[in-house]
Amino acid sequence: MDSPPSLLPVALAAASAWLAIGVAGLLPAGAAFARRALFPAGAAVGLALAALGAQSAWLPASTLVLPLGLPDLPFHLRLDPLAGFFLLLLGAVAAGVSAYSVGYFRAETGARVRLICLQYHVFLASMAFVILADDAYLFMVAWETMALASYFLVTTDHQRPAIRSAGFLYLLVAHVGALAVLLCFGVMHSGGGDYTFDALRAAELSPFWASATFLLAFFGFGAKAGLIPLHAWLPEAHPAAPSPVSALMSGVMIKTAIYGMVRVSFDLLGAVRWEWGMLVLAIGAGTTLFGVLFALMQHDLKRLLAYHSVENIGIILLGLGLSMVYFGFGHPQAGMLGLIAALYHTLNHAVFKGLLFLGAGSILRATGLRDLNAMGGLIRTMPATAFYFLVGALAISALPPLNGFVSEWLTFQAALQAPLLEHGVVRSLVPLFAATLALAGALTAMCFVKVFGVAFLGRPRRAPQAGPTADASLPERLGLAWLTAGCFVLGLFPAAMLLMLNRVGQSLTGSALSMEALESNWLWLVPTAPAQASYSPVIFLLVVLAIVLIAVRTVRLFYHGRIRVADPWDCGFPEQTTRMQDTADAFGQPIRHVFGPLYLMKRHLPGPDDPNPRYSIKVEDRHWYWLYLPVARLTEYLSSKVGLLQRGRISIYLLYSFLTLIGLLVFVR
Amino acid sequence: MSLLPAIAVQVLQSLLVVLAAPLVMGWVNICRAWLQNRSAPSIWLPYYTLAKLFHKDAVIANTTSPLFRITPYVLFGCMWLAAGIVPVLATDLPFAPAADIIALVGVFAMARVFSALAAMDTGTSFGGLGARREMMVGFLAEPAMLMALFTAAFISGSTQLPTIVETLAHREFAIHPSLAFAAVAFLMVLLSENARIPVDNPTTHLELTMIHEAMILEYSARHLALVEWAVAIKLVAYMTIGFALFLPWGIAPAGDWSALPLALAALCAKLALAGAGLAFLETLLAKMRIFLVAEFLSTAFLLGVLGMLILFLMRG
Repeated sequence: MDSPPSLLPVALAAASAWLAIGVAGLLPAGAAFARRALFPAGAAVGLALAALGAQSAWLPASTLVLPLGLPDLPFHLRLDPLAGFFLLLLGAVAAGVSAYSVGYFRAETGARVRLICLQYHVFLASMAFVILADDAYLFMVAWETMALASYFLVTTDHQRPAIRSAGFLYLLVAHVGALAVLLCFGVMHSGGGDYTFDALRAAELSPFWASATFLLAFFGFGAKAGLIPLHAWLPEAHPAAPSPVSALMSGVMIKTAIYGMVRVSFDLLGAVRWEWGMLVLAIGAGTTLFGVLFALMQHDLKRLLAYHSVENIGIILLGLGLSMVYFGFGHPQAGMLGLIAALYHTLNHAVFKGLLFLGAGSILRATGLRDLNAMGGLIRTMPATAFYFLVGALAISALPPLNGFVSEWLTFQAALQAPLLEHGVVRSLVPLFAATLALAGALTAMCFVKVFGVAFLGRPRRAPQAGPTADASLPERLGLAWLTAGCFVLGLFPAAMLLMLNRVGQSLTGSALSMEALESNWLWLVPTAPAQASYSPVIFLLVVLAIVLIAVRTVRLFYHGRIRVADPWDCGFPEQTTRMQDTADAFGQPIRHVFGPLYLMKRHLPGPDDPNPRYSIKVEDRHWYWLYLPVARLTEYLSSKVGLLQRGRISIYLLYSFLTLIGLLVFVR
Repeated sequence: MSLLPAIAVQVLQSLLVVLAAPLVMGWVNICRAWLQNRSAPSIWLPYYTLAKLFHKDAVIANTTSPLFRITPYVLFGCMWLAAGIVPVLATDLPFAPAADIIALVGVFAMARVFSALAAMDTGTSFGGLGARREMMVGFLAEPAMLMALFTAAFISGSTQLPTIVETLAHREFAIHPSLAFAAVAFLMVLLSENARIPVDNPTTHLELTMIHEAMILEYSARHLALVEWAVAIKLVAYMTIGFALFLPWGIAPAGDWSALPLALAALCAKLALAGAGLAFLETLLAKMRIFLVAEFLSTAFLLGVLGMLILFLMRG
């Protein structure tokens, strides 16, 4: 054997270890055991999976057939660079979240921790199997297990009706999506051969059926990813779930949908078409803007973060769409750039959104608050959480030298390859998507100034509850620090990731970036050629630090350094209260003004002689009224009509059978 | 490889921008005084102000966190860095490949985010008000700026400022109508990002109309000095970006040290003209209502997008 040993059995063992840990949670060994031993074990499995995922991006694909499943329908597994990359994402984020969970669930009762432990690890394992699956059958089994496990995690606090309905909405959208995914595999299969991905790859589809497959996959996976107008479950389900689960769902689970899209369109279908790319770009741009504009309206921290997940999925789709357009027109190098940008942003979003959800969890744990308008000044009581949250906020705002900037930079670079395109209309449209991305990036920065400013800075807006607010516990900090480190590493050393993603893309499409891009050393990120564009975050950071240090030293040298601490200036009005600070809603006011027609706003203005005046505004999503509620009403109407058939009397049912039989005899002669 | 002289030019150039920035501010103030029939202050007044501020005791609000005290240094560092990326005198900058125009916009965004956060840190209503307005100006100005820069990037096929300058100034002479749109968009962004009339009034002391001044209301002494200095560097950095994109003549090409004196003279002339032009605009225009700023900047954004589209149509 001269081929390198396959890592697939190890990956299988790791995924099964998660299952085993989950089952071990049911052992009657007490909550402390589940929390202190099983979650760290899960984190270790995550680390191992991340390491072998990173390694397998450099190895050839390997396959394995498991004698499980139905007779004549065994499970097929495959570990190729794309799966390796997503295992890296899953493992790395899961490691941080599991470590965090040790601290987060410390106040939970025994039975609940054990149940969460089971669902949580089954959820992780099912995601690993989604990534490893090499046939449609195992893929769908894992996909549904993932949906169910996350449903049960979302409804952890099922005593509250709001959470039950959030869970139901999630389950509904997940299943509509799963149906579309199933149909997509069915179309690709088209009645011949078996359901292994190899057979699906080999299937020859006409352009019409290939496009139908793509549309089904885009819709089905889009429901999981949260594309508009299928996003409605995200802002409901994410706040309902416990924070580590939100972090996993937003960081990893919706990324499996991106995995599915890439797998189906680039791998199984093969020849991507530029028309698909334009559709993906249009929906991606809409999703991006919609997500960030609604995020700016939120004052519930976790809802806000959920809307940002919608936005970031849009950004990933922009990269993916660009890639499809370039590949469709036969420009593989530019197409690779788009694909790499999309995958890089997938990983980056997993890391910083995981971090932000965990940070939100720490705030919730410490203060019991999710409402930004009640927070304020938390940097004093929770300095460690504030630091980690700030890093996440700067990263998601795409500020250099953190990781969010790198992937948005790559997406911009991909969009700037537009002059390559021959099609005049497409060539003029592509830069508009870059404009959308620019707008969304700036709006995100505004939103996170709002979040960090309102939650952590200033003064507390409400009197604190009894007892001092404690900062995040040690395991929580460990998880936060791990993901923070990820933000820095992915931001400062992007060249290594570029090489790995180039390898992933190469295994899918057979093309690669330019030689100049691949030969630049670890310090420089060069997407096409050094004369066109380059970026070196390390040098960038060093120069900023050097200048800041020089400035500090110089000021120290020449300045006496006397400082007085005084009250802030009150503008001659001494009766200032903390309620006079900007709230989250106030911060969004310019947006409501500029983008007013987008929102459905319900304002309540107090009368002039109201003794207890309260101003309130409710911003709603128009999608509910033109899409979801009509569909719900139609479904209710149809089921009430179908319900007429149910009379509850045996003779009527016998009559139905009789009529059916007659009918069949008439038609099937 | 003549790396050492190149680094020397790089350091000298950014030092020049940093040290001369208050002078440009002084020049703008003089021109404005002349145009408004007032007797002009000394051109060195900004330096005196900085020196005065560096001598005072700092007063820090008791509601603030360490972030408030770090921010002036971050602002100063970001602006200095920006001044280092832009080819002010020569295109042969060893640091320039580390950051392109997108990173440059990122640096300005970083500075904006930190100043807004510091403003919210004071926990007063003015801080929040200033931060909110600044971010509103920012989210409209940043994409407009990117569109103007992308137009130049599409023409030269690169996002590196030195390459853009070389393409636009030294290679071929072609008139790009799209650059005219980009230039107007850029000018509007320059006015709003630097808190000048008609978007903001840098000399205002009326709290309710302030944007930038409301954010730095709590700063005093050395912190205020650094913030003011950073503001001056930012203005010069924006002006020199404008020169690099729209008036790139005179900037010394790579490896040509003899062109440096000429480049310096050209830079002084351009800065003098730009400063006078800025004062002229500020004298002619009146400050807008805050929500007209949104329309002003969306016009800039649309102009930038139009410029880019025209470029593709002309080539089409």
